[in-house]
Amino acid sequence: MSVKPLARELRASLAFIERNFNLTKRYWKWEVVFFLYTIANSITMGFIGKGVEAFSGTPVDTNYLILYMLIGSILWGYLSILFEIVAETVAWERWEETIEYTFMAPVRRSTHLLSTCGYAILYGLLRSVVILGIVSFFFDLNLAGANFISAVGILFVASFSFIGLGVVAAILPLISPEKGVQVVHIFQALLLMFSGVYYEIDVLPVWMQNVAKLSPATYALRGMRASILEGQNFSSQWSNIWPLILMGAVLLPAGLKIFSIMEKWAKRKGVLKRSG
Amino acid sequence: MAIAIHAKNIVKKFKKNKKIVTALKGIDIDIYEGEIYGLLGPNGSGKSTFIRIASTLLFPDEGEIEIFDHDVRKHPKYVQEIMNRVSVEASFFRKLSAYENLFYSAGIHGISKKEAFNKIESLIDKVGLDRKRLKDPLEDFSRGMQQKVAIARAFMTDPKILLLDEPTTGLDPRAKKDVQKLILDLRARTKATILLTTHDMNEAEKLCDRVSIIHNGRIMITGHPQELKRKLVNKISNPTFEDVFIEFTGLSFEDAEYGKSSKEVVSA
Repeated sequence: MSVKPLARELRASLAFIERNFNLTKRYWKWEVVFFLYTIANSITMGFIGKGVEAFSGTPVDTNYLILYMLIGSILWGYLSILFEIVAETVAWERWEETIEYTFMAPVRRSTHLLSTCGYAILYGLLRSVVILGIVSFFFDLNLAGANFISAVGILFVASFSFIGLGVVAAILPLISPEKGVQVVHIFQALLLMFSGVYYEIDVLPVWMQNVAKLSPATYALRGMRASILEGQNFSSQWSNIWPLILMGAVLLPAGLKIFSIMEKWAKRKGVLKRSG
Repeated sequence: MAIAIHAKNIVKKFKKNKKIVTALKGIDIDIYEGEIYGLLGPNGSGKSTFIRIASTLLFPDEGEIEIFDHDVRKHPKYVQEIMNRVSVEASFFRKLSAYENLFYSAGIHGISKKEAFNKIESLIDKVGLDRKRLKDPLEDFSRGMQQKVAIARAFMTDPKILLLDEPTTGLDPRAKKDVQKLILDLRARTKATILLTTHDMNEAEKLCDRVSIIHNGRIMITGHPQELKRKLVNKISNPTFEDVFIEFTGLSFEDAEYGKSSKEVVSA
Protein backbone atom coordinates (compact mmCIF):
# COMPACT_ATOMS: atom_id res chain seq x y z
CA MET A 1 0.00 0.00 0.00
CA SER A 2 1.49 3.40 -0.94
CA VAL A 3 1.69 6.29 1.55
CA LYS A 4 -1.51 8.08 0.51
CA PRO A 5 -3.86 5.10 0.79
CA LEU A 6 -2.09 4.09 4.02
CA ALA A 7 -2.65 7.57 5.46
CA ARG A 8 -6.32 7.34 4.47
CA GLU A 9 -6.71 3.98 6.21
CA LEU A 10 -4.95 5.31 9.33
CA ARG A 11 -7.25 8.34 9.45
CA ALA A 12 -10.22 6.03 9.08
CA SER A 13 -8.87 3.81 11.83
CA LEU A 14 -8.50 6.75 14.21
CA ALA A 15 -12.00 7.92 13.27
CA PHE A 16 -13.49 4.53 14.26
CA ILE A 17 -11.61 4.49 17.59
CA GLU A 18 -12.51 8.11 18.37
CA ARG A 19 -16.16 7.53 17.44
CA ASN A 20 -16.37 4.57 19.81
CA PHE A 21 -14.86 6.54 22.68
CA ASN A 22 -17.29 9.39 21.93
CA LEU A 23 -20.17 6.92 22.02
CA THR A 24 -18.92 5.50 25.33
CA LYS A 25 -18.81 9.05 26.70
CA ARG A 26 -22.30 9.90 25.47
CA TYR A 27 -23.83 6.63 26.70
CA TRP A 28 -22.14 7.07 30.09
CA LYS A 29 -25.23 6.03 32.05
CA TRP A 30 -25.19 2.61 30.41
CA GLU A 31 -21.47 2.38 31.09
CA VAL A 32 -22.01 3.13 34.79
CA VAL A 33 -24.69 0.42 35.03
CA PHE A 34 -22.54 -2.26 33.37
CA PHE A 35 -19.49 -1.16 35.32
CA LEU A 36 -21.27 -1.42 38.68
CA TYR A 37 -22.66 -4.81 37.68
CA THR A 38 -19.17 -6.09 36.80
CA ILE A 39 -17.69 -4.75 40.05
CA ALA A 40 -20.46 -6.35 42.11
CA ASN A 41 -19.94 -9.61 40.23
CA SER A 42 -16.17 -9.57 40.79
CA ILE A 43 -16.52 -8.77 44.49
CA THR A 44 -19.10 -11.57 44.84
CA MET A 45 -16.70 -14.02 43.22
CA GLY A 46 -13.97 -12.88 45.63
CA PHE A 47 -16.24 -13.48 48.62
CA ILE A 48 -17.19 -16.92 47.30
CA GLY A 49 -13.46 -17.71 47.39
CA LYS A 50 -13.21 -16.29 50.90
CA GLY A 51 -16.24 -18.26 52.09
CA VAL A 52 -15.10 -21.69 50.91
CA GLU A 53 -13.20 -22.42 54.13
CA ALA A 54 -16.27 -21.87 56.29
CA PHE A 55 -18.41 -23.76 53.81
CA SER A 56 -16.16 -26.83 53.52
CA GLY A 57 -15.01 -26.87 57.15
CA THR A 58 -11.42 -27.67 56.13
CA PRO A 59 -8.48 -25.24 56.06
CA VAL A 60 -7.77 -23.86 52.57
CA ASP A 61 -5.44 -21.22 51.12
CA THR A 62 -7.97 -18.37 51.15
CA ASN A 63 -5.68 -15.86 49.43
CA TYR A 64 -5.19 -18.34 46.57
CA LEU A 65 -8.91 -18.97 46.27
CA ILE A 66 -9.87 -15.28 46.31
CA LEU A 67 -7.28 -14.52 43.65
CA TYR A 68 -8.35 -17.57 41.62
CA MET A 69 -11.94 -16.33 41.51
CA LEU A 70 -10.98 -12.69 40.93
CA ILE A 71 -8.68 -13.56 38.04
CA GLY A 72 -11.53 -15.53 36.48
CA SER A 73 -13.98 -12.70 36.98
CA ILE A 74 -11.76 -9.82 35.83
CA LEU A 75 -10.23 -11.66 32.89
CA TRP A 76 -13.65 -12.85 31.79
CA GLY A 77 -14.85 -9.24 32.09
CA TYR A 78 -12.01 -8.11 29.80
CA LEU A 79 -12.44 -10.90 27.27
CA SER A 80 -16.20 -10.56 27.12
CA ILE A 81 -15.96 -6.78 26.59
CA LEU A 82 -13.51 -7.41 23.76
CA PHE A 83 -15.72 -10.10 22.28
CA GLU A 84 -18.97 -8.15 22.67
CA ILE A 85 -17.70 -4.88 21.18
CA VAL A 86 -16.28 -6.61 18.13
CA ALA A 87 -19.16 -9.05 17.72
CA GLU A 88 -21.79 -6.32 18.02
CA THR A 89 -20.12 -3.87 15.61
CA VAL A 90 -22.68 -4.54 12.92
CA ALA A 91 -25.64 -4.83 15.30
CA TRP A 92 -24.79 -1.49 16.92
CA GLU A 93 -24.54 0.35 13.61
CA ARG A 94 -27.75 -1.23 12.45
CA TRP A 95 -29.47 -0.04 15.62
CA GLU A 96 -28.09 3.48 15.13
CA GLU A 97 -29.15 3.28 11.44
CA THR A 98 -25.68 4.34 10.32
CA ILE A 99 -24.65 1.01 8.84
CA GLU A 100 -25.16 2.02 5.22
CA TYR A 101 -23.01 5.13 5.64
CA THR A 102 -20.19 3.17 7.23
CA PHE A 103 -20.38 0.39 4.65
CA MET A 104 -20.34 2.78 1.69
CA ALA A 105 -17.28 4.65 2.97
CA PRO A 106 -14.06 4.05 0.99
CA VAL A 107 -12.38 2.12 3.78
CA ARG A 108 -11.20 -1.48 3.93
CA ARG A 109 -13.40 -3.73 6.02
CA SER A 110 -10.28 -5.02 7.78
CA THR A 111 -9.48 -1.42 8.84
CA HIS A 112 -13.05 -1.01 10.09
CA LEU A 113 -13.06 -4.24 12.10
CA LEU A 114 -9.49 -4.09 13.40
CA SER A 115 -9.95 -0.48 14.52
CA THR A 116 -13.02 -1.55 16.46
CA CYS A 117 -10.81 -4.23 18.00
CA GLY A 118 -8.21 -1.59 18.86
CA TYR A 119 -10.83 0.41 20.71
CA ALA A 120 -12.08 -2.74 22.45
CA ILE A 121 -8.59 -3.56 23.72
CA LEU A 122 -7.96 -0.02 25.00
CA TYR A 123 -11.38 0.23 26.62
CA GLY A 124 -11.24 -3.32 28.03
CA LEU A 125 -7.80 -2.77 29.60
CA LEU A 126 -8.79 0.58 31.10
CA ARG A 127 -11.94 -0.94 32.55
CA SER A 128 -10.13 -3.99 33.96
CA VAL A 129 -7.47 -1.87 35.67
CA VAL A 130 -10.14 0.30 37.34
CA ILE A 131 -12.10 -2.80 38.42
CA LEU A 132 -8.95 -4.40 39.84
CA GLY A 133 -8.21 -1.19 41.77
CA ILE A 134 -11.71 -1.03 43.26
CA VAL A 135 -11.93 -4.75 44.06
CA SER A 136 -8.53 -4.72 45.82
CA PHE A 137 -10.08 -2.43 48.50
CA PHE A 138 -12.35 -5.28 49.57
CA PHE A 139 -9.72 -7.98 49.94
CA ASP A 140 -6.30 -8.21 51.54
CA LEU A 141 -4.61 -9.55 48.41
CA ASN A 142 -1.09 -10.96 48.59
CA LEU A 143 0.42 -10.45 45.14
CA ALA A 144 4.06 -10.72 46.25
CA GLY A 145 4.72 -13.81 44.09
CA ALA A 146 2.81 -12.64 41.01
CA ASN A 147 4.61 -12.28 37.67
CA PHE A 148 2.81 -9.32 36.10
CA ILE A 149 5.01 -9.15 33.01
CA SER A 150 4.10 -12.73 32.19
CA ALA A 151 0.41 -11.94 32.86
CA VAL A 152 0.50 -8.97 30.46
CA GLY A 153 2.16 -11.18 27.84
CA ILE A 154 -0.59 -13.79 28.15
CA LEU A 155 -3.25 -11.08 27.95
CA PHE A 156 -1.62 -9.67 24.81
CA VAL A 157 -1.46 -13.02 23.04
CA ALA A 158 -4.97 -14.01 24.16
CA SER A 159 -6.42 -10.76 22.81
CA PHE A 160 -5.66 -11.78 19.19
CA SER A 161 -7.54 -15.05 19.43
CA PHE A 162 -10.46 -13.35 21.15
CA ILE A 163 -10.57 -10.62 18.51
CA GLY A 164 -10.57 -13.38 15.87
CA LEU A 165 -13.44 -15.07 17.65
CA GLY A 166 -15.23 -11.70 17.89
CA VAL A 167 -14.84 -11.04 14.14
CA VAL A 168 -16.24 -14.51 13.41
CA ALA A 169 -19.15 -13.77 15.76
CA ALA A 170 -19.72 -10.34 14.12
CA ILE A 171 -20.82 -12.24 11.02
CA LEU A 172 -23.94 -13.50 12.80
CA PRO A 173 -25.65 -10.08 13.18
CA LEU A 174 -24.54 -9.29 9.61
CA ILE A 175 -26.41 -12.24 8.11
CA SER A 176 -29.31 -12.30 10.55
CA PRO A 177 -30.51 -8.84 11.58
CA GLU A 178 -33.17 -10.25 13.90
CA LYS A 179 -31.49 -13.20 15.62
CA GLY A 180 -27.76 -12.62 15.15
CA VAL A 181 -27.11 -10.79 18.43
CA GLN A 182 -29.00 -13.39 20.46
CA VAL A 183 -26.89 -16.15 18.93
CA VAL A 184 -23.74 -14.18 19.84
CA HIS A 185 -24.92 -14.09 23.47
CA ILE A 186 -25.56 -17.86 23.44
CA PHE A 187 -22.06 -18.36 22.03
CA GLN A 188 -20.62 -16.16 24.80
CA ALA A 189 -22.49 -18.11 27.51
CA LEU A 190 -21.10 -21.38 26.12
CA LEU A 191 -17.57 -19.96 26.22
CA LEU A 192 -18.10 -19.06 29.88
CA MET A 193 -19.32 -22.56 30.69
CA PHE A 194 -16.64 -24.49 28.81
CA SER A 195 -13.56 -22.35 29.48
CA GLY A 196 -13.06 -22.81 33.22
CA VAL A 197 -13.63 -19.21 34.24
CA TYR A 198 -14.43 -20.12 37.86
CA TYR A 199 -13.20 -23.73 37.98
CA GLU A 200 -10.54 -25.99 36.51
CA ILE A 201 -11.76 -27.67 33.34
CA ASP A 202 -10.72 -31.03 34.91
CA VAL A 203 -14.02 -30.99 36.85
CA LEU A 204 -15.98 -31.10 33.58
CA PRO A 205 -17.13 -34.35 31.93
CA VAL A 206 -14.57 -35.64 29.43
CA TRP A 207 -16.53 -34.51 26.35
CA MET A 208 -16.78 -31.01 27.79
CA GLN A 209 -13.05 -31.00 28.52
CA ASN A 210 -12.44 -31.80 24.85
CA VAL A 211 -14.63 -28.86 23.80
CA ALA A 212 -12.82 -26.63 26.32
CA LYS A 213 -9.55 -27.30 24.50
CA LEU A 214 -10.97 -25.42 21.50
CA SER A 215 -11.65 -22.24 23.50
CA PRO A 216 -8.91 -19.59 23.69
CA ALA A 217 -10.33 -18.51 27.06
CA THR A 218 -9.24 -21.85 28.55
CA TYR A 219 -5.56 -21.13 27.80
CA ALA A 220 -5.83 -17.44 28.66
CA LEU A 221 -7.24 -18.23 32.09
CA ARG A 222 -4.70 -20.97 32.75
CA GLY A 223 -1.87 -18.68 31.71
CA MET A 224 -3.06 -15.75 33.81
CA ARG A 225 -3.49 -17.95 36.86
CA ALA A 226 -0.06 -19.54 36.38
CA SER A 227 1.48 -16.04 36.10
CA ILE A 228 -0.30 -14.43 39.05
CA LEU A 229 -0.86 -17.32 41.44
CA GLU A 230 2.31 -19.28 40.77
CA GLY A 231 4.57 -16.52 39.43
CA GLN A 232 5.46 -18.51 36.31
CA ASN A 233 7.48 -16.86 33.52
CA PHE A 234 5.96 -16.19 30.13
CA SER A 235 8.59 -18.43 28.50
CA SER A 236 7.72 -21.37 30.74
CA GLN A 237 4.10 -21.33 29.61
CA TRP A 238 4.51 -22.54 26.05
CA SER A 239 1.68 -25.06 26.51
CA ASN A 240 -0.72 -22.12 27.04
CA ILE A 241 0.91 -19.75 24.55
CA TRP A 242 1.06 -21.85 21.37
CA PRO A 243 -2.68 -22.67 21.32
CA LEU A 244 -3.42 -18.95 21.76
CA ILE A 245 -1.02 -17.99 18.94
CA LEU A 246 -2.42 -20.73 16.71
CA MET A 247 -6.03 -19.76 17.38
CA GLY A 248 -5.24 -16.06 16.82
CA ALA A 249 -3.39 -16.86 13.58
CA VAL A 250 -6.31 -18.92 12.29
CA LEU A 251 -9.33 -17.09 13.69
CA LEU A 252 -8.33 -13.50 12.86
CA PRO A 253 -7.61 -13.87 9.10
CA ALA A 254 -10.37 -16.48 8.76
CA GLY A 255 -12.81 -14.14 10.53
CA LEU A 256 -11.93 -11.24 8.21
CA LYS A 257 -12.20 -13.46 5.12
CA ILE A 258 -15.53 -14.97 6.15
CA PHE A 259 -16.83 -11.51 7.05
CA SER A 260 -15.91 -10.26 3.58
CA ILE A 261 -17.68 -13.24 1.95
CA MET A 262 -20.77 -12.77 4.08
CA GLU A 263 -20.81 -9.00 3.44
CA LYS A 264 -21.13 -9.81 -0.26
CA TRP A 265 -23.88 -12.30 0.57
CA ALA A 266 -25.69 -9.62 2.63
CA LYS A 267 -25.41 -7.21 -0.31
CA ARG A 268 -26.90 -9.81 -2.63
CA LYS A 269 -29.76 -10.59 -0.27
CA GLY A 270 -30.32 -6.97 0.81
CA VAL A 271 -30.03 -7.59 4.56
CA LEU A 272 -27.49 -4.89 5.43
CA LYS A 273 -30.25 -2.65 6.63
CA ARG A 274 -32.56 -3.81 9.41
CA SER A 275 -35.66 -3.42 7.26
CA GLY A 276 -33.87 -5.18 4.37
CA MET B 1 -20.75 14.88 -22.44
CA ALA B 2 -19.42 11.96 -20.36
CA ILE B 3 -21.80 9.45 -18.88
CA ALA B 4 -21.52 9.49 -15.09
CA ILE B 5 -23.92 6.65 -14.29
CA HIS B 6 -24.70 3.93 -16.79
CA ALA B 7 -27.18 1.23 -15.79
CA LYS B 8 -28.29 -1.50 -18.15
CA ASN B 9 -31.04 -4.04 -17.55
CA ILE B 10 -30.81 -3.90 -13.74
CA VAL B 11 -32.98 -6.56 -12.13
CA LYS B 12 -33.29 -6.96 -8.36
CA LYS B 13 -35.43 -9.48 -6.54
CA PHE B 14 -36.00 -9.86 -2.81
CA LYS B 15 -37.45 -12.69 -0.81
CA LYS B 16 -40.14 -11.35 1.51
CA ASN B 17 -42.40 -13.64 3.56
CA LYS B 18 -41.41 -16.62 1.41
CA LYS B 19 -42.46 -14.74 -1.76
CA ILE B 20 -40.14 -13.38 -4.41
CA VAL B 21 -40.71 -9.65 -4.97
CA THR B 22 -39.12 -8.10 -8.04
CA ALA B 23 -38.13 -4.57 -7.04
CA LEU B 24 -36.41 -3.64 -10.30
CA LYS B 25 -37.49 -5.21 -13.60
CA GLY B 26 -34.77 -4.24 -16.05
CA ILE B 27 -33.77 -0.64 -15.45
CA ASP B 28 -31.82 1.21 -18.16
CA ILE B 29 -30.52 4.65 -17.16
CA ASP B 30 -27.79 6.92 -18.52
CA ILE B 31 -27.00 9.99 -16.42
CA TYR B 32 -24.67 12.60 -17.86
CA GLU B 33 -21.90 14.28 -15.92
CA GLY B 34 -23.09 17.45 -14.22
CA GLU B 35 -26.82 16.90 -14.60
CA ILE B 36 -29.50 16.66 -11.95
CA TYR B 37 -31.43 13.53 -12.78
CA GLY B 38 -34.70 12.79 -11.07
CA LEU B 39 -36.12 9.36 -10.38
CA LEU B 40 -39.76 10.06 -9.70
CA GLY B 41 -42.05 7.42 -8.34
CA PRO B 42 -44.34 6.44 -5.49
CA ASN B 43 -43.23 4.51 -2.41
CA GLY B 44 -42.13 0.99 -3.29
CA SER B 45 -41.49 1.81 -6.95
CA GLY B 46 -37.80 0.81 -6.71
CA LYS B 47 -36.13 4.24 -6.34
CA SER B 48 -34.19 3.47 -3.16
CA THR B 49 -33.25 0.00 -4.40
CA PHE B 50 -31.64 1.61 -7.43
CA ILE B 51 -29.82 4.14 -5.21
CA ARG B 52 -28.49 1.30 -3.02
CA ILE B 53 -27.23 -0.58 -6.07
CA ALA B 54 -25.49 2.53 -7.37
CA SER B 55 -23.89 3.15 -3.97
CA THR B 56 -22.35 -0.36 -3.64
CA LEU B 57 -24.73 -1.39 -0.84
CA LEU B 58 -26.72 -3.87 -2.87
CA PHE B 59 -25.78 -6.19 -5.73
CA PRO B 60 -28.14 -6.50 -8.71
CA ASP B 61 -29.30 -10.00 -9.69
CA GLU B 62 -28.93 -9.14 -13.37
CA GLY B 63 -27.55 -6.29 -15.43
CA GLU B 64 -24.62 -3.96 -15.05
CA ILE B 65 -24.05 -0.56 -13.52
CA GLU B 66 -21.02 1.62 -14.13
CA ILE B 67 -19.90 4.87 -12.56
CA PHE B 68 -17.57 6.76 -14.91
CA ASP B 69 -16.89 3.48 -16.74
CA HIS B 70 -16.06 1.60 -13.52
CA ASP B 71 -18.20 -1.41 -12.71
CA VAL B 72 -19.75 -0.81 -9.29
CA ARG B 73 -19.31 -4.44 -8.18
CA LYS B 74 -15.76 -4.81 -9.44
CA HIS B 75 -14.46 -1.41 -8.33
CA PRO B 76 -16.45 -0.47 -5.20
CA LYS B 77 -13.57 1.52 -3.68
CA TYR B 78 -13.34 3.80 -6.72
CA VAL B 79 -17.08 4.40 -6.59
CA GLN B 80 -17.08 4.99 -2.83
CA GLU B 81 -14.30 7.56 -3.13
CA ILE B 82 -16.19 9.78 -5.58
CA MET B 83 -19.72 9.29 -4.27
CA ASN B 84 -21.78 10.35 -1.30
CA ARG B 85 -25.40 10.05 -0.36
CA VAL B 86 -28.12 11.83 1.57
CA SER B 87 -31.05 9.61 2.42
CA VAL B 88 -34.54 10.12 3.75
CA GLU B 89 -33.40 9.08 7.24
CA ALA B 90 -30.64 11.38 8.45
CA SER B 91 -28.66 8.29 9.65
CA PHE B 92 -26.46 9.74 12.37
CA PHE B 93 -25.18 8.57 15.70
CA ARG B 94 -28.00 10.25 17.57
CA LYS B 95 -26.15 10.84 20.83
CA LEU B 96 -23.09 12.30 19.12
CA SER B 97 -22.88 15.99 18.30
CA ALA B 98 -22.96 17.38 14.78
CA TYR B 99 -19.20 18.01 15.04
CA GLU B 100 -18.51 14.46 16.22
CA ASN B 101 -20.62 12.97 13.43
CA LEU B 102 -19.00 15.19 10.80
CA PHE B 103 -15.44 14.44 12.00
CA TYR B 104 -16.23 10.73 12.02
CA SER B 105 -17.56 10.89 8.48
CA ALA B 106 -14.53 12.90 7.34
CA GLY B 107 -12.19 10.39 8.98
CA ILE B 108 -13.69 7.33 7.31
CA HIS B 109 -13.39 9.15 3.99
CA GLY B 110 -9.68 9.64 4.67
CA ILE B 111 -9.90 13.39 5.32
CA SER B 112 -7.49 14.76 7.94
CA LYS B 113 -8.80 16.53 11.05
CA LYS B 114 -7.43 19.89 9.92
CA GLU B 115 -8.94 19.62 6.46
CA ALA B 116 -12.23 18.43 7.94
CA PHE B 117 -12.33 21.38 10.33
CA ASN B 118 -11.75 23.83 7.46
CA LYS B 119 -14.42 22.16 5.35
CA ILE B 120 -16.94 22.22 8.20
CA GLU B 121 -16.18 25.91 8.82
CA SER B 122 -16.72 26.72 5.15
CA LEU B 123 -19.97 24.75 5.03
CA ILE B 124 -21.62 26.11 8.18
CA ASP B 125 -22.94 29.27 6.54
CA LYS B 126 -23.50 27.74 3.11
CA VAL B 127 -25.69 25.00 4.54
CA GLY B 128 -27.30 27.26 7.12
CA LEU B 129 -26.20 25.47 10.26
CA ASP B 130 -26.37 27.13 13.65
CA ARG B 131 -22.74 27.33 14.82
CA LYS B 132 -23.78 27.47 18.49
CA ARG B 133 -25.53 24.10 18.26
CA LEU B 134 -22.82 22.06 16.61
CA LYS B 135 -21.74 20.54 19.92
CA ASP B 136 -25.29 19.43 20.77
CA PRO B 137 -26.38 15.80 20.23
CA LEU B 138 -28.03 15.29 16.84
CA GLU B 139 -31.10 13.80 18.54
CA ASP B 140 -31.91 17.32 19.82
CA PHE B 141 -32.00 18.75 16.28
CA SER B 142 -35.15 19.22 14.21
CA ARG B 143 -35.57 17.00 11.11
CA GLY B 144 -34.75 19.96 8.90
CA MET B 145 -31.54 20.74 10.80
CA GLN B 146 -30.54 17.07 10.80
CA GLN B 147 -30.99 16.98 7.05
CA LYS B 148 -28.79 20.09 6.68
CA VAL B 149 -26.06 18.33 8.69
CA ALA B 150 -26.53 15.29 6.42
CA ILE B 151 -26.05 17.55 3.40
CA ALA B 152 -22.95 19.12 4.96
CA ARG B 153 -21.64 15.60 5.59
CA ALA B 154 -22.09 14.72 1.94
CA PHE B 155 -20.67 18.02 0.60
CA MET B 156 -17.62 17.68 2.86
CA THR B 157 -16.19 14.88 0.71
CA ASP B 158 -16.59 16.92 -2.52
CA PRO B 159 -18.43 14.08 -4.27
CA LYS B 160 -18.39 13.87 -8.06
CA ILE B 161 -21.65 11.96 -7.73
CA LEU B 162 -24.27 12.77 -5.14
CA LEU B 163 -27.16 10.43 -4.51
CA LEU B 164 -30.10 12.18 -2.89
CA ASP B 165 -32.66 9.65 -1.76
CA GLU B 166 -35.81 11.63 -0.93
CA PRO B 167 -33.81 14.31 0.90
CA THR B 168 -36.83 16.54 1.50
CA THR B 169 -39.40 13.95 2.58
CA GLY B 170 -40.92 14.83 5.93
CA LEU B 171 -39.47 18.35 6.03
CA ASP B 172 -41.56 21.42 6.70
CA PRO B 173 -42.04 23.73 3.67
CA ARG B 174 -39.32 26.15 4.74
CA ALA B 175 -36.71 23.44 5.41
CA LYS B 176 -37.71 21.81 2.13
CA LYS B 177 -37.09 25.04 0.25
CA ASP B 178 -33.71 25.46 1.98
CA VAL B 179 -32.61 21.96 1.03
CA GLN B 180 -33.75 22.44 -2.58
CA LYS B 181 -31.77 25.68 -2.74
CA LEU B 182 -28.68 23.88 -1.43
CA ILE B 183 -28.97 21.28 -4.17
CA LEU B 184 -29.13 23.97 -6.85
CA ASP B 185 -26.25 25.88 -5.22
CA LEU B 186 -24.10 22.75 -5.21
CA ARG B 187 -24.73 22.19 -8.88
CA ALA B 188 -23.94 25.83 -9.62
CA ARG B 189 -20.65 25.67 -7.68
CA THR B 190 -19.39 22.24 -8.73
CA LYS B 191 -19.81 19.87 -11.63
CA ALA B 192 -21.32 17.22 -9.37
CA THR B 193 -23.72 14.80 -10.96
CA ILE B 194 -26.84 14.49 -8.85
CA LEU B 195 -29.29 11.61 -8.83
CA LEU B 196 -32.37 12.69 -6.92
CA THR B 197 -35.19 10.35 -6.00
CA THR B 198 -38.41 11.95 -4.97
CA HIS B 199 -42.13 11.46 -4.92
CA ASP B 200 -42.68 15.19 -4.99
CA MET B 201 -43.57 16.09 -8.56
CA ASN B 202 -43.06 19.83 -8.08
CA GLU B 203 -39.60 19.16 -6.69
CA ALA B 204 -38.68 16.98 -9.66
CA GLU B 205 -39.91 19.65 -12.07
CA LYS B 206 -38.11 22.43 -10.22
CA LEU B 207 -34.71 20.77 -9.75
CA CYS B 208 -34.15 18.19 -12.45
CA ASP B 209 -32.68 18.49 -15.92
CA ARG B 210 -34.17 15.14 -16.81
CA VAL B 211 -36.64 12.92 -15.07
CA SER B 212 -37.53 9.23 -15.26
CA ILE B 213 -40.88 8.08 -13.97
CA ILE B 214 -40.42 4.75 -12.25
CA HIS B 215 -43.36 2.55 -11.36
CA ASN B 216 -43.42 -1.06 -10.15
CA GLY B 217 -39.70 -1.42 -10.85
CA ARG B 218 -39.91 -0.20 -14.46
CA ILE B 219 -38.93 3.08 -16.09
CA MET B 220 -42.11 4.30 -17.79
CA ILE B 221 -40.74 7.42 -19.51
CA THR B 222 -37.64 9.62 -19.46
CA GLY B 223 -37.21 13.21 -20.55
CA HIS B 224 -36.93 16.87 -19.63
CA PRO B 225 -39.88 17.83 -17.38
CA GLN B 226 -41.13 20.43 -19.88
CA GLU B 227 -40.66 18.04 -22.77
CA LEU B 228 -42.74 15.39 -20.98
CA LYS B 229 -45.52 17.89 -20.39
CA ARG B 230 -45.38 18.97 -24.05
CA LYS B 231 -46.16 15.39 -25.07
CA LEU B 232 -49.64 15.91 -23.59
CA VAL B 233 -50.57 19.30 -25.05
CA ASN B 234 -52.71 17.69 -27.74
CA LYS B 235 -54.69 15.81 -25.07
CA ILE B 236 -54.85 18.24 -22.13
CA SER B 237 -54.59 22.00 -21.93
CA ASN B 238 -51.88 23.18 -19.51
CA PRO B 239 -50.82 19.66 -18.49
CA THR B 240 -49.22 19.24 -15.07
CA PHE B 241 -46.63 16.72 -13.99
CA GLU B 242 -49.43 14.77 -12.32
CA ASP B 243 -51.03 14.45 -15.78
CA VAL B 244 -47.71 13.16 -17.11
CA PHE B 245 -47.65 10.53 -14.39
CA ILE B 246 -51.23 9.43 -15.13
CA GLU B 247 -50.55 9.29 -18.87
CA PHE B 248 -47.54 7.00 -18.56
CA THR B 249 -48.56 4.79 -15.62
CA GLY B 250 -52.34 4.68 -15.99
CA LEU B 251 -52.67 5.71 -12.35
CA SER B 252 -52.86 8.89 -10.35
CA PHE B 253 -49.85 9.36 -8.09
CA GLU B 254 -52.04 8.81 -5.03
CA ASP B 255 -53.38 5.48 -6.35
CA ALA B 256 -49.84 4.40 -7.21
CA GLU B 257 -48.74 5.25 -3.63
CA TYR B 258 -51.37 2.87 -2.27
CA GLY B 259 -50.26 0.15 -4.65
CA LYS B 260 -53.38 -0.02 -6.85
CA SER B 261 -53.02 -1.46 -10.34
CA SER B 262 -54.37 0.39 -13.38
CA LYS B 263 -56.98 -2.41 -13.85
CA GLU B 264 -58.33 -1.84 -10.33
CA VAL B 265 -58.63 1.88 -10.98
CA VAL B 266 -60.44 1.37 -14.32
CA SER B 267 -62.95 -1.10 -12.82
CA ALA B 268 -63.63 1.24 -9.90
